[in-house]
Amino acid sequence: MTNSKRLYELLSSMRFAVSVLTVLGIASIIGTVLKQNEPYANYVIQFGQFWFEMFEMMGLYDVYHSAWFLVILVFLVTSTSLCIYRNTPLMLKELRAYREQVTEKSLRAFSHQHEYATSQNLDQTKQDLSHFLTVRGFRFRTVKHKDGSEVIAAKAGSYQRLGYIFTHAAIVIICIGGLMDGNVPLKVEELLGNKTVESRDIPASEVPKKSRLSVSNLSFRANMTLPEGASADVAFQRVRDGYMVQELPFSIALTDFRIEHYPTGQPKSFESDLVIIDPDLKEPLKQTISVNHPLIYKGIAIYQSDFQDGGTQLNFNVWGILSTASKAIPLAGNVFGKTAFGEGLGALQLEFIDFRKFNILNLSPDGKGKPHNVGPNVTFKVRDSEGQAKEYVNYMQPLQLDGGYYFVSGMRSTPQEEFKYLRIPADSNFEMQGFMQTRAVLFNKGLHQEIARRFASKALKSTDDVNVKSKFEASVIQLLGAFSEGGFAEIAKLIDASVPKAQREAAAQTYIKIITGAAFEAYQVGQERAGIKNAKVDESTQAFLQDSLNAISDLFFYGEPIYLQMTKFEQREASGLQLTRSPGKNLVYSGSVLLVLGIFAMIYIRERRIWLLIKPQQNKVLFAMSANRKNRDFEIEFNRYQSQLSALLQR
Amino acid sequence: MATKQNRTPANINNDPVPFFSQLGWQDWLYAIVLMASTIFAYAKYSQFMDIYETTFLFGAGIVFSVLGWCWKPFRLLLVGIAALSLFSINLYQGDLESVNRVFFLKFLIGSQTAVMWMNVLFVLAMLTYWFALFARSAFTGKVATSLTWAAVLMGFVGLMVRWYESYLIAPDVGHIPLSNLYEVFILFCLITSLMYLYYEQRYATKQLGGFVLLVVSAAVGFILWYTFSRHANGIQPLVPALQSYWMKIHVPANFVGYGAFSLAAMVASAYLLVNKGILVSRLPSTDVLDDLMYKAISVGFAFFTIATILGAVWAAEAWGGYWSWDAKETWALIVWLNYAAWLHLRLVKGLRGPMLAWWALIGLLVTTFAFLGVNMFLSGLHSYGTL
Repeated sequence: MTNSKRLYELLSSMRFAVSVLTVLGIASIIGTVLKQNEPYANYVIQFGQFWFEMFEMMGLYDVYHSAWFLVILVFLVTSTSLCIYRNTPLMLKELRAYREQVTEKSLRAFSHQHEYATSQNLDQTKQDLSHFLTVRGFRFRTVKHKDGSEVIAAKAGSYQRLGYIFTHAAIVIICIGGLMDGNVPLKVEELLGNKTVESRDIPASEVPKKSRLSVSNLSFRANMTLPEGASADVAFQRVRDGYMVQELPFSIALTDFRIEHYPTGQPKSFESDLVIIDPDLKEPLKQTISVNHPLIYKGIAIYQSDFQDGGTQLNFNVWGILSTASKAIPLAGNVFGKTAFGEGLGALQLEFIDFRKFNILNLSPDGKGKPHNVGPNVTFKVRDSEGQAKEYVNYMQPLQLDGGYYFVSGMRSTPQEEFKYLRIPADSNFEMQGFMQTRAVLFNKGLHQEIARRFASKALKSTDDVNVKSKFEASVIQLLGAFSEGGFAEIAKLIDASVPKAQREAAAQTYIKIITGAAFEAYQVGQERAGIKNAKVDESTQAFLQDSLNAISDLFFYGEPIYLQMTKFEQREASGLQLTRSPGKNLVYSGSVLLVLGIFAMIYIRERRIWLLIKPQQNKVLFAMSANRKNRDFEIEFNRYQSQLSALLQR
Repeated sequence: MATKQNRTPANINNDPVPFFSQLGWQDWLYAIVLMASTIFAYAKYSQFMDIYETTFLFGAGIVFSVLGWCWKPFRLLLVGIAALSLFSINLYQGDLESVNRVFFLKFLIGSQTAVMWMNVLFVLAMLTYWFALFARSAFTGKVATSLTWAAVLMGFVGLMVRWYESYLIAPDVGHIPLSNLYEVFILFCLITSLMYLYYEQRYATKQLGGFVLLVVSAAVGFILWYTFSRHANGIQPLVPALQSYWMKIHVPANFVGYGAFSLAAMVASAYLLVNKGILVSRLPSTDVLDDLMYKAISVGFAFFTIATILGAVWAAEAWGGYWSWDAKETWALIVWLNYAAWLHLRLVKGLRGPMLAWWALIGLLVTTFAFLGVNMFLSGLHSYGTL
């Protein structure tokens, strides 16, 4: 045997086919275990530099488009094709053949055979047997032998063989269709050096020709983000850690993007009103697409895939949270935009990242309640003059948490961290003013004297001792001073420094009482300064003040000295479209139909053969039966026929 | 053919009777009532259905007719489901709160209660099957079969009523109850046990009931955990990607596959026991078990193939490509490859014996991972049924 012959034998063998199936299965698992197509930075963090490079070399970040995976697929196609090539002629021969040239000797060697004695004449027997076979769906041929005996060679279910051909051809067709829609041409172009992946963040129009794919590109799957009112004639195909620009034969404009919600707040539908602008069209084509309802134009299918912000206009009140200012400064910005705030060393740059109008959260303390929409939020970064940035997410409306209402802001220093949340209590008008005024008063050292005086006169009503009063006032002022420099943490420090260990617990309780009492006076002062006389005071005021003190303590850990309160927004959305051209699709579908037909033929059509050797001289009939698959059904059928024939021939 | 038949009496000839001549008046009545109901449903609701859904409606009428003709007990089941479901729906009076008021809904045939009955009956049926196996009691075996039928009936009634309930929440929330893990687990129990009941009759053996219902009871355990610990038994509106007529055929086809593979695995475990000499006198012979295992896997394979193809067609409509190497897709492929290899060895190589039984049993692990593990451990586009 020559080597090529041996290779052919190996590739077309079933052993090899099953091995390829197994290898393909195992290879596929890799891509489900390791998250595919993540930004490369994530992989570096996950695996470290060494393994990152190792895995990158092995193409593990996009297994299903890696060269070695393609090789497996090519092996599968080759192996299956060779199987078809090798076995089809045989199968077709089997399908047609009646195998009437059998000898009595060979029939007697069958495992399933029986001999009957019959007294009927030859013609009657032949007629009976023909009828017997016909009504059971067998087709047959009769051959006369020299010795006067006759063989009826019958078969049924021959199309089972077609099942084999269909299924295997289907696999080849599906794989070819899949490869057509894959990225083989791009890979070849890359290898030849004609194309390179672009990884810079530059406008599409500036991407060099080497990273652009022309309109004539056979197949692609690219994405486009289109803000409302904008249009584009290119899409982006993501490749490994970069992208390629896919040029389109038309341009698409988005007039409107809509999200509908169920009463529970979950999204019900995403819809984009598109306009296709194409010189070939007399007038622009207007069409609304939604999930499950794409638009197909010029062989390119346009899908609704996701959505994001398209540059929403935002308005804020900026509160200087560590200052004595009780008024906010208005500020405007837009998503994806940058705004400077402040001057000199303290100058900050605000970078608005995202705006979300609907946020479905489950805020019930035990997590058992129903999620509901808590209103808009904005995500932004605050970058200081040294370039260090912290990320914030602020909710516009107060959220109901543990029975109270709070303005919530999350903060984190790196994307890997979880957000830490600051809760600012809403005042009785569900506004932030109440808190901010109290804070401004508490931070204003010039007002501490006044607070202490009011507090002392209330707390020490029963005594007229000036000394006691002034001592008390002094300690209130000292505590307020400490609190305004670092919240409860600073007071803890004060206790640690000045109180003996044994009395610290008691001192802390007393101090907290004093601070709470002082905060109450501060609140009153704040209200007066804001022009509200005789502010209503009730139990909720106490809770509000407690929350305020906690929030003020947390302000020192908030990272930046400002709080952005979103006051207004004008939403502009962007629709995420996916554009695909997949010429292999119809091939894949027809392969699939063939596959199903083949599988049913293979499983549910049973090929069986019957031989009836009529020997008129001996008045005997030999019945033999075979099947290419001998299973229980076959045994049952053989036994049935055996007894039925017995009844037929021996009556 | 028929003229020839007249020549000699049929009973002597043993000529096979053509399919339609085998049907009795009950079969025709059943089919006529079914088709009439289909037409009634079409007349009443056609304005809410697109061409695909209309096709499915009439397709269902035809498929259930043929199923009832081929497997007689199915007719009674379908009539039972229809009667109980309609009775239950009637009791609702268009008010979701009726569940807490009306006795029958609260304790018997409200959607959640019917499912609870299904759970209880399946576990009882399993215990009864095992008892019948060890006591060699034919009567107990019959009781077990009846319990299984009752469980299937209640399960389907539960799903039907749930379907109706979803429309009571809000017309735009209404959808077929095949959209999350809770609902498909019920479907899994029903399809697996229905397939078992079919083979039980075909092979005239009740000894495997305990084995098959073991896997069904495991699913029941999951449903209970999901209900009581996760409170995930509520009806949720459909995310946009799931709002498609494809769901009505993709999901059931998939579960015929999953159910058949599970059935095969449980039969395989019985096979391995018999092969080791355990329970030999009580269980069917290895030949029967082997044959049953093969039948189940081939049915499963055929339907799993259809389901995967339907999934691909749907994906092409919803996600922009017929194949995205999403975790669920990939694991479906792995399951498919696994059983393709199994069938190759069995059909082409003619391999038999404990090796294939082990394979079928381990295949259940692969199938379970594709069905459940993917949702638990991997993320992807199929994230509707997260745990």
